[in-house]
Amino acid sequence: MSARKPLDPAPILARFGERVADLGLTHGVHAFAAPPDLIVGFCRFLKDDSTLGFDFLSDICGVDYHPETPRFEAVYHLYSLANKWRIRIKCRLGDPPEVPSVVSVWRTANWHEREAWDMYGIRFAGHPDLRRIYMWEGFEGFPQRKDFPLRGYKDDLNPYGAEGKPPTRPDLATHDPPKEDEPTPGA
Amino acid sequence: MTEVTELTPPEGAAPDTREVLLNLGPQHPSTHGVLRLVLELDGEYVARVDPHIGYLHRGTEKLSESFTYTQIFPLTDRLDYLCPPSNNLAFALAVEKLLGIEAPIRAQYIRVLMAELARLSGHLLITGALPMDLGAMTALLYAMREREMIMDLLEMITGARMHTSYCRVGGVREDLPAEFFPKIREFCEIFPNRIRDYERLVEDNRVFLKRTQGVGVIAPEDAIDLGLSGPNLRASGVDWDIRRDEPYEIYDRLDFNVITRDAGDCYARWQCRVDEMRESVRLIEQCLAQMPDGPFQIDMPTIAFPVDKTKVHCSMEALIQHFDLSAYGFKVPAGEVYSAIEAPKGELGFYIISDGSEKPFRMKVRAPSFVNLQGLFGTRNANYLADMIAVLGSLDPVMAEVDK
Repeated sequence: MSARKPLDPAPILARFGERVADLGLTHGVHAFAAPPDLIVGFCRFLKDDSTLGFDFLSDICGVDYHPETPRFEAVYHLYSLANKWRIRIKCRLGDPPEVPSVVSVWRTANWHEREAWDMYGIRFAGHPDLRRIYMWEGFEGFPQRKDFPLRGYKDDLNPYGAEGKPPTRPDLATHDPPKEDEPTPGA
Repeated sequence: MTEVTELTPPEGAAPDTREVLLNLGPQHPSTHGVLRLVLELDGEYVARVDPHIGYLHRGTEKLSESFTYTQIFPLTDRLDYLCPPSNNLAFALAVEKLLGIEAPIRAQYIRVLMAELARLSGHLLITGALPMDLGAMTALLYAMREREMIMDLLEMITGARMHTSYCRVGGVREDLPAEFFPKIREFCEIFPNRIRDYERLVEDNRVFLKRTQGVGVIAPEDAIDLGLSGPNLRASGVDWDIRRDEPYEIYDRLDFNVITRDAGDCYARWQCRVDEMRESVRLIEQCLAQMPDGPFQIDMPTIAFPVDKTKVHCSMEALIQHFDLSAYGFKVPAGEVYSAIEAPKGELGFYIISDGSEKPFRMKVRAPSFVNLQGLFGTRNANYLADMIAVLGSLDPVMAEVDK
């Protein structure tokens, strides 16, 4: 196996100036921090730039840093098939968390973003079909948030759950499909 | 369907073009688990497909936040339950990167050997299950016969057939037993001929060929765009294998070919897996030939139990460390890691954020089946309802991994 050329972050940082921060290379993944409003442009640049070629989106995930502020984070893991580089984009989000969707850049982002919405309530603006993916329709709350009890909330079906109710704020209301069982455009 | 269709509509009347919603699953044998597909049908054509998943959601990621690192191994077993050793390996590698340690060489060989056995086990199931979905039952029965041999081998090593939990951070749980070596050599000898048998069972089966060749074609650019990985991606002609391109453990010392196909159809995906089994047998043989003697567990009493148990009985220091490790687990330095391996289904990645405690602050599983299932949206020439079954079978999702 020939030694791979490491990723040079200078052109990326030069292109976006102060707005993108270099978090350095750790365990083989180069990390960057980007603000939410820049995320689509940043991703598109990383994908379309011929010398970088980050054409493969490995993963998108949400993180909850409760009780820190800003509380949430969306983390993107990208891979370049041509150069065999991995990078991570970290995007800190306030509460309620909202970030533009990158489905227009990679179609695979569709389900990853639905998962992050389902588990953390991160709203991906411009997502074509932002429904819950794992939990059932009508489920209240976002189960992977740090303030959501591990055993859920007590109700008729869950006698071992914690007392209380998930916070119901209008901005956190679940986003259900307009009609049940209506098929959605296949991406 | 009780609706009666009029064959000759009255003159001038618009034909009835109402679309039918069909619910396939969640309890359906060809969905390989509990997957529900809501299909919008136009006659026998599938106009749209909407997969509903989550029936097996167990909250692996949430649970792991309250488990110590060693306790998480059994959770990873239950992701892709056909190949737990791969999942264990992926998780162990991620934690080891955070700790800045590496398993001893012998342990790395054992892990790779186990991961390749797991690959065989996973691929064997789909090699037989895809023809079965399409009506050729025989292949599955033969594949299960060989899978049973692998199960026996796993049982011999770990004591468990399915949920092996064999890896540990810094090595494996125990050394390979002496009686394992003649058995695995025997297996490596007979298995390649058996692979030929499976091929001969279907390669002249006209029904199987008609239903898989040219059906469900995924173009390479679509496959990348949809994030497919593993054999599903390679069947579309994209030459990417993490074992070769980002070698982990001792894969850089082994010689193997990355199998690709250009067709991108259901048959190509099936062929890719069959050929990968041949490569896996080669890898196992090389592991056996190269495996050195030595420890199977790292010598760090704060992370791994000492191999020599008498130490614990004779030394106060060792006893305290042993107690500490059993009762509280070990602390992992604060930091973040994303570590991916080539699991049988594709890129299996673990993203772990550690806050310096014994439990992960956040663990995200990049489950290959979850992403591969989106391949349903990128298939061309899968028009009929019956093609849906072929496409689904060839994408080989394991629902436990999809739902995490």
